[in-house]
Formats: sequence, C-alpha cells, structure tokens
Amino acid sequence: MQVVVRAADLTSMSRHGEASYPDEGAGFLIGRMEDGQVFVEAILPLENRREREARFNRYELGPQDFARAELEAARRGLDVVGVFHSHPDHPAQPSQFDLDNALPHFSYLIVSVERGIARLTRAWWLRPDRSVFNEAMLVVAEDAEV
Amino acid sequence: MATLRIPTPLRPYAGGQEYVQVSGSTVDEALRDLTRQYPDLEPHLYKDGRLRSFVNIFVGEDNIRSLNGIETPIAEDTRLLIIPSIAGG
Repeated sequence: MQVVVRAADLTSMSRHGEASYPDEGAGFLIGRMEDGQVFVEAILPLENRREREARFNRYELGPQDFARAELEAARRGLDVVGVFHSHPDHPAQPSQFDLDNALPHFSYLIVSVERGIARLTRAWWLRPDRSVFNEAMLVVAEDAEV
Repeated sequence: MATLRIPTPLRPYAGGQEYVQVSGSTVDEALRDLTRQYPDLEPHLYKDGRLRSFVNIFVGEDNIRSLNGIETPIAEDTRLLIIPSIAGG
C-alpha cells in the first residue's frame, strides 16, 4: 500500500499538530484510491472534539465532522480516504486505542510532535482482520503531481 | 424495507454499495439484517456483541443515542445512516 501526499499538505498536517500541541490534532484526508494506492488531494484539519482533559493523548472527530468531510469530498468528486492525527511527545505509530477504533479501508497518517516540533509522519492501514496496523509507504509528491 | 446508507470505508464489505435495503421494525433488527446480508461487516460494527462506540446510527437526522438507542422503531420508508465518529490517540 502506498499513500501519495503533496508536500504542502504534509506541511499543513505538521503545522496543525504543532498548533494543537500539547494536545492531539486531527483531520481528514480527502482523495481517491487507484490500483491499491491512495492519492491524497486535500486535507481537512478540524477541532479535536474529545473532552479537554483527555486531548493530550486522545482525539475524536464527531459524526458531524465525518458528514462534513464527505460533503467536501463529494463536492470535489473525491472520497474521504483517511485520517491524520498527531502524537505529542510520542512516536508516529498507532496505539492500541488507535487499533480498537480504526476503520477499515482508511489510511491513517500519524505525525509525531516532539516538544512542539513536528518530527516525522508515517502512514498506516488496518488489516482486514483488525489484528494490527500495517505500515504503508508514504510518498511525498511535488505540489502539482498528485 | 428501510434504506441504510453505508459510509465509504465499510462499502467494500457491503458489495461496494452505498445504500442497502434492510428489514426489521427496530434499528437493532435492521442492523442484524444488514450483518446477515453482509457478514464481513459484523466485526467492524460490533465488538463483544455490542455496537462499537464509534458507530453512530442516524434515523433521518436524529442520532439514535437521543432517541431509544437500538430499540428505536423504524418504518418501511425510514432512512438510516451509519456515520462513524473517528477516534484514536
């Protein structure tokens, strides 16, 4: 599995994670899937709707956010293809909580933000049996290439 | 039969369909009919026999959490939607 994302969108995800620090930030990935590859055409950064005291290690995007993302994707002739979120002072790899709450056929991009600075973004997808995440290859494209 | 809308990430488990016809007089019966038709949906909707917390079911514009939960009655022309919350951390 390969996830292709524009450099500008990757930067925007990192900035959203930094702006949310020390809390987790999150948003949706909008794009298309072709031949087993995911092409991210746009991102939709959103407010973390988890209760304030839990946002340091939990994020939530509500059904109204998902509906909004679907409308935005449909407006562009695309689909909601995944989610990005940040891990403050934690590696860019999924937690058990991420695993328990993951959706299939979604790409999950995780940005590690260490002491307020975004360091690394990695891409993941849920195995169909829900046992584990597999890592996807994250390909950063020039802005015009996705 | 009521009509149920499947969100994008779950459509591969529903034959690629966006809308599925389901039978039943309650939300619970409709969802059980859905997983009877498409068994591969079951582990993504349920854990330990209960709807996963990120699975939101709307009857029209109303989340069933504000109605009668899975016992919310439905009619032949009811439009049901599965709209997930996204959670993690």
